[in-house]
Amino acid sequence: MLEIKNLHVKLEDEDKQILKGVNLTVEAGKVHAIMGPNGSGKSTLSYVLSGRDGYEVTEGEATLLGEDILEMEPEERAAAGLFLAFQYPVEIPGVGNMTFLRTAVNAQRKARGEDEMSSTEFLKVIRAKAKDLKIDAEMLKRPVNVGFSGGEKKRNEILQMAMLEPKMCILDETDSGLDVDAMKLVADGVNALRSEGRGFLVITHYQRLLDHIKPDVVHIMYDGRIIKTGGPELALEVENNGYADILAEDA
Amino acid sequence: MALPQTKQDLTEERIASLDLPSGGWADVARADALARLRIMGLPTRRDEYWKYTRPDTLTQAETPKAAVFEAEDTPLFGAVDRLKVVFVDGVFDADASDDLTLEGLTIERLATSTVDIHWARDLYGKLETDGQTPVNRPLATLNTAFATDGLLIHVTGKVSKPVNLIYHRKSDTSDAILHHVIKLDAGAELTVLENGPASARFNGVMEVDVADTARFHHVRAQGRDHEIRTATHIFARLGTESAFKSFTLTVNGVMTRNDCIIELTGNDAIAHVAGACVGDGDFHHDDTIFITHDAVNCESRQVFKKVLRNGATGVFQGKILVKKDAQKTDGYQISQSLLLDGDSQFLAKPELEIYADDVACSHGSTSGAIDEEGLFYMRARGIPEGTATDLLTIAFLAEAVMEIEDQDLADEINDRIEGWLLRRRG
Repeated sequence: MLEIKNLHVKLEDEDKQILKGVNLTVEAGKVHAIMGPNGSGKSTLSYVLSGRDGYEVTEGEATLLGEDILEMEPEERAAAGLFLAFQYPVEIPGVGNMTFLRTAVNAQRKARGEDEMSSTEFLKVIRAKAKDLKIDAEMLKRPVNVGFSGGEKKRNEILQMAMLEPKMCILDETDSGLDVDAMKLVADGVNALRSEGRGFLVITHYQRLLDHIKPDVVHIMYDGRIIKTGGPELALEVENNGYADILAEDA
Repeated sequence: MALPQTKQDLTEERIASLDLPSGGWADVARADALARLRIMGLPTRRDEYWKYTRPDTLTQAETPKAAVFEAEDTPLFGAVDRLKVVFVDGVFDADASDDLTLEGLTIERLATSTVDIHWARDLYGKLETDGQTPVNRPLATLNTAFATDGLLIHVTGKVSKPVNLIYHRKSDTSDAILHHVIKLDAGAELTVLENGPASARFNGVMEVDVADTARFHHVRAQGRDHEIRTATHIFARLGTESAFKSFTLTVNGVMTRNDCIIELTGNDAIAHVAGACVGDGDFHHDDTIFITHDAVNCESRQVFKKVLRNGATGVFQGKILVKKDAQKTDGYQISQSLLLDGDSQFLAKPELEIYADDVACSHGSTSGAIDEEGLFYMRARGIPEGTATDLLTIAFLAEAVMEIEDQDLADEINDRIEGWLLRRRG
């Protein structure tokens, strides 16, 4: 599904190397988690994959279903099936949540040469999916993320994911700013989307989220590289002992 | 004090190029206006209120040529049940207009209303004259003296449908001067719609007297016509518990200056003025607003948004003046520009002058580019850059468009904005 080989990335504006050779393969149907201390490059990886400005790939490659995504525009990556759930979902005053989502769904369909979704069909689908995430009609009408609580913003991300039906989902610290109930709701939303044909990359600081979204593989990232890979037990080890032991092993 | 020679020459040349209409109740007001104009003189670049907008093409005797632009848009407000009044190059078109009768109001034309004593006699030029202090507005005075036509609307009740002033132009040198007077009696209600380019060069004045508890709504769409030059003035006086709401959309036009002068004279009155403009290239757009609070517990809002690209210029001069006894005033003013490139500019002069001590007034002015964060967020969801930029642009204008109370009218205005954006993307 997603294949990252020897990815080196530096900041565009300054001479600072952030990723120093990331190797990672996420298979269809699998959930991979990346954990790591602050500043290890986790969020940078998600931004580079989704096409945010400000980064320069100096070496390596990233492919989605065999297609090189690093040369694509962000909207092309999205149409190809990549989805990033933002750590900080952006507020867009003046653009209704519904308009935003319908535009996105139909833009992706158009880019893939599929028929656009009619407004009746769209309404039907979004209402059902919003209900599962406890998103009420009022929230759908409001401008994108404006005045949303932390939990509402994250639920809105998952709603977008559910509507866009991506092939590869990257969740960037989706647990940050969530209380236990909200985290459960978000995790349920993600779990409902787990399927044979879909891959997940869950970036998180804490084991907590992984109690709800059970990963198949856990990676530890440090200083721009993945320094250890293991099963779900690796997350527990971090939870109990912190990163110190693992970092010491690496050194 | 004598006028500077250049100013005097300019004024006299312009006066000499025009015929003073005569033969009716308005003669006194016209003569008075002409005398006032000679004293104040037409504006030049040296005048404080014309610092950011060159007045020369609006004041010179000769009409600057403006190639006719045929926009192939579906007519605006076509779906609205309305009374149509059509002017072509400033000349009333009886065939294209509806019968000027409607329950709750009387409509006459300035050009044909020749009775000796007319209700409009007490109003024609009156609000314009009052609006000359503390700042001179000579183009409006010129209008009062030389206006060739316009509507005189006396509203006595709640009028069921809007009066739609529709302007067309067919000449590349037409130079229309129209003066409308609207008097709303206590409790009366009227919506006036205006759309279309009036003439190659246009000088328009609208005086609106809103009596106690009366309500006046105004939605205007200027342009879409690239080479036109337009100077308009709206003068409004508001009585107790009355409301005045005016919105203007400007789509292109090489030179537009819109002045709006409002005086809140009765307690608990509301005045909202809003404008959205989109300009590309050779485009200069100036909103100059002056709202005076002279009564207790009144509310005023100024919401102006401009989208500018390819070297377009936007100007905003807005003032809230709160007089000594105008306690509990609630004043709000925002002017913002979205600059789509580095060549365009926005010049803003927001002013507050407050003499009362128990008021809430806020003002803000910003100038910025498209929000990069928002743009990336939308693109990451699969929305192409052009569409995302359009959505953010419409969102930027939304606060101004939302000032239109009627949702159907607001939708029509939004359609126009979307059309402009789509054409720009090609």
